[in-house]
Amino acid sequence: MPAVQETVARVRSIDVDQYKYGFVTEIESDRADKGLSEDTVRFISAKKGEPEWMLEWRLDAYRRWRTMAEPKWARVDYPAIPYEELYYYSAPKGSSGPKTLADVDPELLRTYAKLGIPLQEQEILAGVEQRRVAVDAVFDSVSVATTFKEELGRAGVIFCPISEALRDHPELVRKYLGTVVPATDNFFATLNAAVFSDGSFVYVPKGVRCPMELSTYFRINERNTGQFERTLIIADEGSYVSYLEGCTAPMRDENQLHAAVVELVALDDAEIKYSTVQNWYPGDAEGKGGIYNFVTKRGDCRGRNAKISWTQVETGSAITWKYPSCILRGDNSRGEFYSIAISNGRQQVDSGTKMIHLGKNTSSKIISKGISAGRSQNTYRGLVSAHRKATNARNFTNCDSLLIGDKCGAHTVPYLEAKTSTAVFEHEATTSKISDDQMFYCQQRGLSSEEAVALIVNGFVKDVLQQLPMEFAVEAQKLISISLEGSVG
Amino acid sequence: MNADVRPIRTAAETGLIEAFEAVRAALPGGERGAQLRDDAFATIASRGLPNRRVEEWKYTDLRALMREARPLAGPVTPAELAAAEALLPMADVEALRIVFVNGRLAPSLSQLAGAPSGVAISPLSDALEGDAPHALVLEGAPADNALVALNTAFVADGLMIAVDEGVAASRAIHVANVQTGAAHSSYGRLLVSVGKGASVTLIESHSGDAAGHQTNTLVGLDLADDAKANLVKLQDEGLGTLHLATLAVRLGRKAELNSLALSAGSLAARQQIFLAFKGDKATANVSGAGFAGARRHLDTTLVIDHEGQGCVSRELFKTALDGQARSVFQGKIVVRPGAQKTDGKMMAKALLLSEGAEADAKPELEIFADDVVCGHGATVGAIDDELLFYLKSRGLPQVEAEALLVQAFVGEVIEMIEDEPLRDALTARAERWLRERD
Repeated sequence: MPAVQETVARVRSIDVDQYKYGFVTEIESDRADKGLSEDTVRFISAKKGEPEWMLEWRLDAYRRWRTMAEPKWARVDYPAIPYEELYYYSAPKGSSGPKTLADVDPELLRTYAKLGIPLQEQEILAGVEQRRVAVDAVFDSVSVATTFKEELGRAGVIFCPISEALRDHPELVRKYLGTVVPATDNFFATLNAAVFSDGSFVYVPKGVRCPMELSTYFRINERNTGQFERTLIIADEGSYVSYLEGCTAPMRDENQLHAAVVELVALDDAEIKYSTVQNWYPGDAEGKGGIYNFVTKRGDCRGRNAKISWTQVETGSAITWKYPSCILRGDNSRGEFYSIAISNGRQQVDSGTKMIHLGKNTSSKIISKGISAGRSQNTYRGLVSAHRKATNARNFTNCDSLLIGDKCGAHTVPYLEAKTSTAVFEHEATTSKISDDQMFYCQQRGLSSEEAVALIVNGFVKDVLQQLPMEFAVEAQKLISISLEGSVG
Repeated sequence: MNADVRPIRTAAETGLIEAFEAVRAALPGGERGAQLRDDAFATIASRGLPNRRVEEWKYTDLRALMREARPLAGPVTPAELAAAEALLPMADVEALRIVFVNGRLAPSLSQLAGAPSGVAISPLSDALEGDAPHALVLEGAPADNALVALNTAFVADGLMIAVDEGVAASRAIHVANVQTGAAHSSYGRLLVSVGKGASVTLIESHSGDAAGHQTNTLVGLDLADDAKANLVKLQDEGLGTLHLATLAVRLGRKAELNSLALSAGSLAARQQIFLAFKGDKATANVSGAGFAGARRHLDTTLVIDHEGQGCVSRELFKTALDGQARSVFQGKIVVRPGAQKTDGKMMAKALLLSEGAEADAKPELEIFADDVVCGHGATVGAIDDELLFYLKSRGLPQVEAEALLVQAFVGEVIEMIEDEPLRDALTARAERWLRERD
């Protein structure tokens, strides 16, 4: 298996205590005053040149947020977040109008090059034949450059920063924004609704199969800024789109807050595949610094035969609070959730999914693989529910946890709620460690203990890795090995 | 939590507060006891009854289920005593029988003097007069749990059983609780300690008429090193009864527990089990079967706490639901730091026999040690059509085929009982439900 060989080589070459992506790009940035008030919201909205209704929407959310309490039910522990000490908007100066790649600050391009993002079209074309990726890179809060726009335009696919969509396609945004994750949904989603600065917008028209994978790379750069992204993807009748999201953040001492919202809408016969590789800075070995990742992701299978599939590889962030969910509203719709969550050091992960069966003959599948090492805590929390009218709802859930070391914790908190007798729900979960036999076998074949762990873990998560688009699968495999570095011996 | 602030009280909460004010001075236990009862009741008075906003009560909203607080049971009349005798279950099972009617020890129906050698049986009321904390403080059950707190506040009678070191109790002990007469609330407590290397079989039964009683029982079971206990519970309360029960078990080194509960009765029932492995290499099999129809509600909430190393726990819970009945299973296996070589498996299955039935399950794992093998499973579904078809093609009518399959489903649990008459008694109860399907 050459991929494994490569992984092993990569693990060896990297000293993981040094976060690979921990560099700061020195660019002048334009940011809002510290703290959060109606003025901050107005400032952001004005900066974006948003229509009046959008400002009102934000202000409603802001006022609502002021009355809400931060949720405390997740198994994560962190000091109080000083919401008044954060900056809620930060944009690279002069970013209001890069129209082509040549206009983009070369410093930015170099940052992405370090991250290995194929921002330049020719790089991609030279790299992978046939499979092409359109990147909407989000540098702190503003989409800097969007590639492949032309080709997508020919297919009728709209792929642009959401701020641009608000200008160019306000009717679409207004029709769908907040219909899956309402502005009042939860503390972090409401905060996002008030102050979100940018994000991606995708609309795939009727019957169109999006000609390429769409991708966005998030990156938090500015010190003390929250990253509040909002992504809205609409797949109209009979369409298909695959969307990739990747995240990295430079190394910072303070904890940074990231509260994104992702909304997916799949109409009749449409399919959305959403993949995430998240490797925000997890903090150092003592738990200092790192990203607080409080994300609300939800997909709505609004039409008949719609399908939404979430795949996530979570290796980063000091705290992950994330439950990508599917509302299976349309008859015969299907939801899938594939997850690998790896925690090391002092990371805390509380992640899982919700499958809410409302329509008839809906089905869902959950495969979750949690790996905890070091002194980390890793929790799977999921809900599968069938409404009284959701006849023939089907669910299969499999949660496996792997423990590496005796200082970490792995927890499983699934909820099953069946309100119809025609529902068939199956849930199974196991927790174990890498057995001595497996290790002995590998080492006896000449692998070092770290190589053996990488091999076994890659086997453990294989079911999920297979769901990732090819480019991501390779990267994810490397990430898994890197994030487990130092967990044995 | 801001759930603590609840200025508006329900009728049941007001009723409980009034009842406690009325009886607290008269309850046994002396000064120490009064303090413990006050402390326990304070959690109820300040928080109110738990509701669905409290995570452990998410699916069983006690505030909604308990519309009003029934008055505390008064002294048992001769007519009630006679009625109670007719309601005693498991007459064929050979055991030493101790009977409580409406929460009060009924000496005329009990064989108090016949305790097997090495086994001391005494009324809890005696203990309350002597050493109240011993009878009121229960190790292993969370004191702020609403059911435990209510029991501690109100309990006035019960039973203490002590099995001496090395003694294998020659007879099973059957503690029968019967509710009869006007709708009332009753509290009971059974505290059992099994000495080092000793063993005992306990049968706990709850039965009664359909007047709509409220019962709250608490069983504390302490197993010393190498001790062994079999505990079989039949919950066959009248169909109007609210049955609230707590079982707290502590296992010493190499101790062994086999516990099985059959839930056949009550309008709404919650069985809480808190089991802690205090020593190494102990084993626990905890299982339950239940069936319900109409709008009945069955809740099993279970916490298995692995503290010792190398302990084995097995849990199997099965429920068959008809009508608009609802079952709740919340099970949690906790493996503490250092509890290496733990082997824990938990399974919960619900069979939905009608369109309106509902099953909620929340099997949890909370693991802080790495060298463990833990797993859980949960399934919810209807009867397999193919199995049904097979039986029907062999000439069985639909109802009988269903009954056979349901019986096989819950039978897997009941068959774990080794004692034959006891197993037959529970099987017969299951068969009766399948005929009647309340």
